[in-house]
Amino acid sequence: MIELRQLCRDFLVGDQTVHALDHLDLNIDKGEYLSVMGPSGSGKSTLLNMLGLLDKPSAGEYLLNGTATSGLKEEQRASLRGGHIGFVFQSYHLIPRLNARENIELPLVLAGVAPKLRQPRVDELLARLDLVDRAEHIPNQLSGGQRQRVAIGRAIVMEPDLLLADEPTGNLDSKSGLEVVTLLEELNAGGITLLVVTHDENMGARARRRLHMIDGAISRDWQTDSAESKSILTAKPPTGKPLTQKTDGKAPGEF
Amino acid sequence: MRFRDSTRMILGAVLSNRGKSLLTALGIGVGIAAVTLLTSLGEGLQHYLLGQFSQFGTRIIAINPGKDITQGLGGIISSTKPLSLGDAESLRLLPGIERVVPVVQGAGAVEYGNRERKGDILGVGSDMPSAWQFRVAMGRFLPDDQSGRSRSYAVLGHTMKTELFGASNPLGQNIRIGGLRFRVIGVIEEKGQMLGFDMDDIVYIPTDKALQLFNREGLMEIDVTFGPSHSSTRIAERVTQRLLERHGEEDFTLTSQDEMLATMNKVLQILTIGVAALGGISLLVGAIGIATIMTITVGERTAEIGLLRSIGSSRRQVLILFLGEAVLMSVLGGLLGLLILTVVLSAIKLAVPGLPFALNPIYLIAAIVVSGLIGLVAGVVPARKAAQLDPVDALRTE
Ligand SMILES: Nc1ncnc2c1ncn2[C@@H]1O[C@H](COP(=O)(O)OP(=O)(O)O)[C@@H](O)[C@H]1O
Ligand SMILES: [Mg+2]
Repeated sequence: MIELRQLCRDFLVGDQTVHALDHLDLNIDKGEYLSVMGPSGSGKSTLLNMLGLLDKPSAGEYLLNGTATSGLKEEQRASLRGGHIGFVFQSYHLIPRLNARENIELPLVLAGVAPKLRQPRVDELLARLDLVDRAEHIPNQLSGGQRQRVAIGRAIVMEPDLLLADEPTGNLDSKSGLEVVTLLEELNAGGITLLVVTHDENMGARARRRLHMIDGAISRDWQTDSAESKSILTAKPPTGKPLTQKTDGKAPGEF
Repeated sequence: MRFRDSTRMILGAVLSNRGKSLLTALGIGVGIAAVTLLTSLGEGLQHYLLGQFSQFGTRIIAINPGKDITQGLGGIISSTKPLSLGDAESLRLLPGIERVVPVVQGAGAVEYGNRERKGDILGVGSDMPSAWQFRVAMGRFLPDDQSGRSRSYAVLGHTMKTELFGASNPLGQNIRIGGLRFRVIGVIEEKGQMLGFDMDDIVYIPTDKALQLFNREGLMEIDVTFGPSHSSTRIAERVTQRLLERHGEEDFTLTSQDEMLATMNKVLQILTIGVAALGGISLLVGAIGIATIMTITVGERTAEIGLLRSIGSSRRQVLILFLGEAVLMSVLGGLLGLLILTVVLSAIKLAVPGLPFALNPIYLIAAIVVSGLIGLVAGVVPARKAAQLDPVDALRTE
């Protein structure tokens, strides 16, 4: 599904070049669950931005479902971001004047989906995210955990194939953090490809595949026995009905 | 994105910061009110003045003695022949000419019994009422006596009649003007004021009698009117030709009413535009206000712009959303301006009831359209800045 070939991303700071991503190779299959760890400044966020088509490589190629993304026009990249990729940020990035319902609805609105079709989809998510009685609250009136659940709702409302979470639990206490991670894992169980950047070793260890980054390169890439790591944490295994079920069978890169 | 959704989002953003939006809109509002007010005042003045000047009709040419352009050094010591009653008579025979009014003006005391009134004394011909579009309210106007042998008849203006005779009938009564005796044969209807000049405080007498009375050699003016099928230029040519034959040189000046009105119209139009432009400065200030606030807004909402891009907004959508905010604020300003205008106009009408105002309903629509355009122009730079933001950089700002 995702193939990065010798991907580089350089930043010019003053007269110095920072290699945020340094000849990085990576393959990700559909439905995988990866955690990305590494010291601050090692390029984790840059990698996620790259995968999410928010950033463009300085060199190398990013193939999405076999299509070279370097050939895409800005409008096509925007429409891929909207329809096939979901972002979850550490700082939620909710729009302060919109309530929970409207924040979740936003990608549907931007995509021009008819109000009649939007409402049942948002209602369903509000129920699934346990936000029904918070639907009319603006972000200021919500707790951190609730805000991140709204942000996740917004990330998956378009039923994306790829969910990119950059330190989603960084601003949360351990209980809400665990709730959020469990939610993401449920989504992954439903078929969505999940990448989580984290500083928390316990969170990182829950993923089936782990990446460790240093200086813009992947220093370690290994599979874990997820059953074992989860039993250590005594977290409940993913249950419940999957949130994301693609019905149209469309994949990124198809348009 | 659907139109209704864009509108709702733009409206939500503008209403989320009411104080700021209102102040920004107020800047445009004051500008719109100022421009509309000043323009309608200018136009009102224009209509008023043109109405005043065209009440004598437009197919009229005035001939005055003397030439207002001096030709070389010799022009200064040119010998000006006076315009005579003979000149006036000769014009009467020209083709196209309908009426000829020789005019002499003076001032003096008019007496009746032991009453006295100082007023204007106008020597005119029998054609005056039809040429100047005056109506006789009582009796008749001066008869068409043979030039130089006019009878001593007088016709009174409305004020003059009231002052001398009150409610009693003046017809057939004798009055004295400058020691000469005249018999009142008519009264002109009330004309009111023209540019502050009371046109009713007048007594009309035959021109030859007025020349005698004021001991003048020549006329002060000859007015000629012409038929609707003739152009003022053609008539002016004929008049000039005839007077040149009689005088030997061009020692007179022609002023045609339609030319004068056209010139005056042009001057007043320029004046109106100038005054409106003055109001336009406040509109410019309002536009700068919108541009400033929008720039600040884009700065404040950079993270939001990054987020919008990450969930599928194209640059174009971002541009439209921010441009929409600028236009909406500006149009709100336009509506606010019309509100201000209504209040100010009502206040002015209470304070100065006579002020001529021409508030064209087109202005109201124009005010909204113009304010929308101002918002578009003022918003384009900040909105483009928003659209050009790099989404990663935008998301990093907090
Ligand atoms: N916009 C930018 N301009 C300059 N340097 C940047 C920019 N974004 C990231 N960097 C640099 O790239 C490197 C990787 O950054 P980042 O991907 O944010 O690291 P991480 O998320 O792992 O902490 C860092 O050295 C950072 O300073
Ligand atoms: Mg980071």
